[in-house]
Amino acid sequence: MMPEVCVIRTGSANLASVVAALRRIGASVRITTDPDVVRGAERLVLPGVGAFGAAMDRLHRDALVPAIREHVNAERPFLAICLGLQLLGPSSEEAPGVAGLGLVDTPVTRFQDGLIVPQLGWNLVEPSPGCRLLQRGHAYYANSYRMLTVPSGWQGAVSVHGAPFVAAFEKGPMLACQFHPELSGAWGKALLERWLAASADVGAVSC
Amino acid sequence: MLTKRIIPCLDVRDGRVVKGVRFQGLRDAGDPAERAAAYEAQGADEIVLLDVSATPEGRGHALDTVRRVRAVLGIPLTVGGGVREADDAAALLDAGADKVGVNTAAVRDPAIVSRLAARFGSQCVVLALDAASTGPGGWQVVVRSGTERTSLDAVGWAQQAVELGAGEILLTSWDRDGTRAGYDLELVGAVSRRVHVPVIASGGADTVQHMADAFRAGASAVLAASIFHFGDRTVRDVKHQLAAAGLEVRP
Repeated sequence: MMPEVCVIRTGSANLASVVAALRRIGASVRITTDPDVVRGAERLVLPGVGAFGAAMDRLHRDALVPAIREHVNAERPFLAICLGLQLLGPSSEEAPGVAGLGLVDTPVTRFQDGLIVPQLGWNLVEPSPGCRLLQRGHAYYANSYRMLTVPSGWQGAVSVHGAPFVAAFEKGPMLACQFHPELSGAWGKALLERWLAASADVGAVSC
Repeated sequence: MLTKRIIPCLDVRDGRVVKGVRFQGLRDAGDPAERAAAYEAQGADEIVLLDVSATPEGRGHALDTVRRVRAVLGIPLTVGGGVREADDAAALLDAGADKVGVNTAAVRDPAIVSRLAARFGSQCVVLALDAASTGPGGWQVVVRSGTERTSLDAVGWAQQAVELGAGEILLTSWDRDGTRAGYDLELVGAVSRRVHVPVIASGGADTVQHMADAFRAGASAVLAASIFHFGDRTVRDVKHQLAAAGLEVRP
């Protein structure tokens, strides 16, 4: 049976790319804004292209915040992409005064002046030795904001744009990527496959 | 370090890839989804798909084309052509584009750039700017596939569009497009120095040296069509030569 993956509709602009990439690795994809569906989800994806404040507004409006928190706190299979990673933090310079999900302790800040921003293109991802899902390779980025330190309790990878920044972090079957695995060619596809395989080991409730 | 991007461009008309000199004398260059997948396999960093259909019926194929390309493509896809309003962009994004290019509509109504950026984020909004030389160090914006010159200064327009929210500039030299005479390096340099967003050089590529020159002039990416479509060179060949020339590219 095809593993089912629940993708939260965050108002993300490139949902179709995420869905296409998950289908190419053999997943059955369910797109949802329903908190009950999120609560029952075995594998949850929080994608994101857009603005931090608008995305948090939408998660609150759809009453999804508690369900996402429960899923991550229970360390169930989870994938956050780009803005999705940033939403895990306590705050972002993109939306001063707006609280994020607060599931990790690192705030989100803007790339320093003098760089080409947004960072659009392929950059080298270098994982720390403790990473199990993340491997070295080039990933595609489209971001103006980033985290500067890997959140405590997670294994992370870095890339360099002006200075090192957080490329991704992982814990068990949970993976958060600042880059877009769905747009990172064969390397990204292999990463998604490792995540899906790791999520299969967990054996949780059906979506 | 961000690597230098190589972007094959698919000019699509009525659902088929075409290419001509200055948009005239179009030659068939295959099926868009097949071409896009082949370029990804060769190491392309991104695909730009420009809908150059002349009729509304032709343009009606565009969404279907985007869906077919998206189903097989695992790298970024920018789609331009016929974007008049934010809803046009939304339809392209829903079909599978990652970024949308806006050209004539933005010249007519610059506020559309802000509306697109507010709704989808700047990293989604590519200003497609076609520029024609007006003499040494001067360029004006041309629209409607080059059929209409405007009074806009190209470098100033690029800056204005970035201030309005454009996240990337696809900069085509109208004088060079399809000629294989090399990119307009002065134009690339002038725009790259003025804006802090990535500039994609387009129009005139024939050799790897042309591409290396464009990167050294300030481009973050180069766009090429003819050079790849008719089997002269693969993206992989080009990247090997750029790497040998000391430029950082994704292997």
